[in-house]
Amino acid sequence: MKKIMQNVEEQHATDERLARLMKNDTVTGSEALLRSLLLEGVECVFGIPGGSIINVYDAIHDMPEFTHILARHEQGAIHAADGYARATGKVGVCFATSGPGATNLVTGIATANMDSVPLVVITGNVSTALIGTDAFQEADITGITMPISKHSYLVRDAKDLPKIIREAFYIASTGRKGPVLIDIPKDVSSQTTTFRYPADKSEIRGYRPDVDPNAGQIEKLLRAIEKAERPVILAGAGVIYADAAQELLAFAEKTRIPVTTTLLGLGGFPSAHELWMGMPGMHGTYTANKALQSCDLLIGIGARFDDRVTMKTSGFAPNATAIAHIDIDPAEIGKIVQTAIPILGDVKTVLRQANLQAQAAKSEAWLTLIQANKIEHPLRYADSDTALKPQFVVDMISETTNGEAIVTTDVGQHQMWAAQFYKFKRPRSIITSGGLGTMGFGLPSAIGAQAGSPDRLVVSFNGDGGIQMCAQELAICALHNLPVKIVILNNQVLGMIRQWQELIYDGRFSHMELSGSPDFVKLAEAYGVRGLRATNKEEARSAWKQAMDLPGPVLIDFVVNQEENVYPMVTPGSTIDDMILGDEE
Amino acid sequence: MKRHTISVLVNNHPGVLQRVAGLFGRRGFNIDSITVGQSEEPGYSRMIIATSGDDKLLEQVHKQLYKLIDVVRIDELTAYPLVERELALVKVSAVSEAKAIILGIVDPFRAAVIDVGKRHLIVQGVGEQEKIDALIELLRPYGIMEITRTGLTAMSRGETAETATPDAALTR
Repeated sequence: MKKIMQNVEEQHATDERLARLMKNDTVTGSEALLRSLLLEGVECVFGIPGGSIINVYDAIHDMPEFTHILARHEQGAIHAADGYARATGKVGVCFATSGPGATNLVTGIATANMDSVPLVVITGNVSTALIGTDAFQEADITGITMPISKHSYLVRDAKDLPKIIREAFYIASTGRKGPVLIDIPKDVSSQTTTFRYPADKSEIRGYRPDVDPNAGQIEKLLRAIEKAERPVILAGAGVIYADAAQELLAFAEKTRIPVTTTLLGLGGFPSAHELWMGMPGMHGTYTANKALQSCDLLIGIGARFDDRVTMKTSGFAPNATAIAHIDIDPAEIGKIVQTAIPILGDVKTVLRQANLQAQAAKSEAWLTLIQANKIEHPLRYADSDTALKPQFVVDMISETTNGEAIVTTDVGQHQMWAAQFYKFKRPRSIITSGGLGTMGFGLPSAIGAQAGSPDRLVVSFNGDGGIQMCAQELAICALHNLPVKIVILNNQVLGMIRQWQELIYDGRFSHMELSGSPDFVKLAEAYGVRGLRATNKEEARSAWKQAMDLPGPVLIDFVVNQEENVYPMVTPGSTIDDMILGDEE
Repeated sequence: MKRHTISVLVNNHPGVLQRVAGLFGRRGFNIDSITVGQSEEPGYSRMIIATSGDDKLLEQVHKQLYKLIDVVRIDELTAYPLVERELALVKVSAVSEAKAIILGIVDPFRAAVIDVGKRHLIVQGVGEQEKIDALIELLRPYGIMEITRTGLTAMSRGETAETATPDAALTR
């Protein structure tokens, strides 16, 4: 009873707040922006002020309910918004000023675009009259970001702002999600207007993100499954973004089809499940890669057949008599592989419909072979009593966190080890730059993930290279006491470069050594983040325990073996069953 | 490599041409010609894009274009009976006796002389691209000083344009 009363009161407060925010007051463009963002349900914004967006920051001064986290570099701000979006499923928002502020966002916009992450990116610009004059801190950011954003707006009149913002959230968060940029000239952010927030859902002519799946094609898929003897499901981020992990699990269990999940699809299928084969591709498991090459029916679900998955595309899945592809983006269907059974639609809707009638494939012998492969060729590494192995560190963290943490990564060897050895249990657990491969992503994305999921443990895996590309954001962890556990797998080299130079370039090591790096423990302490170091297994165990026991942010510098390579590895130009398995046992 | 003429209805917003042209550029699609102008609907422009490539590439052209929020509708004109036209202005040098001969060339092409100078004429030709090419070749011996061509514009012959949505493309 008390609970219900509380809910009624809360609802009343919410209604009152909405009415206050919706009120048709005379406002500046900046106030219209902030109100619209609050009305879209924005909880926090990451950003940095500057001359062209200073009006907006002036309006924030009068709006205590608006939460803004000040980053130290715009790239940090946008990766944080990205991490927030991936962890919560909501739209991430960031602010930056014109010119260099805006261009510093470019990498983050491209990162989000490649991985279909919903962002609304707000930039200030010079006043309308100055646009095109090479004014101070002017850059044509809508032009610059056209190829790497889902859509963009240059606002010309403050009265248009509420409608544009509503539209931007709609576009960012529907269909194949992605970043939308809104560029607001300084005179527009100071211009006064009567606030009118559009009550209706945005409707954009020619933009139809909800497509009813073609029942005939689903039927065709189900018939193909019933006949298949060696079927495989290749599941990607689309499963997670559509909140369809439950549906995928039911589908795989009903049809008795083994599942491989891409890097971004990790967590979309429980890693402990007997039908799970691990990640495919360049550093995929033996079982997944072999299965893809031998399968007679391949079902891509919310995955886009990235070249790191398919490797040599012409030799990919050569025995598949049919490839089926379920995707929300029609342009992905048939783009890379010839698709006999195209199913355009929301993955969750499609799988729900399919699950109503799905029958098992003739896959029992196939599943036996796959189980045998999993036992015969697991992911492995040569552990050592003396040297600290990076895989051991990931393994240890996976075990002690029970596979329940939100894991963010940077890009490189540690990213692959995290993907291979962390045993993901549920969706929205891995946050990594899969498409663009953005170094510098690991730390700021963890900040965003933690801000959006304050009750979850966030572990950020980084290399000693990538951490230095956005290390300044350590300040945010300390300032807001965000309890991110920042792991550095420190091998004093650009590890993936070293690995390629060793294996592909005949040991001609060129500019892969990272001598001159700071003492990361001291660096952390300089920012007010607790720093720990481990150089062997015993230290690793105790440092990690200490890190978990400390309530705030901790950076742990794991000094690991330099010569360690990521295996299996498929070299560029090879087919995915042509794996270097590594000589370790 | 097949030639295709596609009609694209777009929002008449700043930067739309840049979005469309940029898409073709970065995805490696050919643009043989592109024309833009107002459509029958206020606020919308129509682009006629002549492109070439195999069926798979053309499917990608359609699908990628549809991803642009400003693209409202795409019609593959080449799939149905259509009319195609281009307009060319040709400035050709013409001293006294050549003028009469050039007028003789212009006539069967149903082209027109739209400006006469002391030592030159401007010929306006309208028609399919092959016809314009032929006209230019016949004028070339007299000394072409300048050519401008509008690029192709086109329209389906039926009462309404046939539509090819991504959905339809998938279930074909």
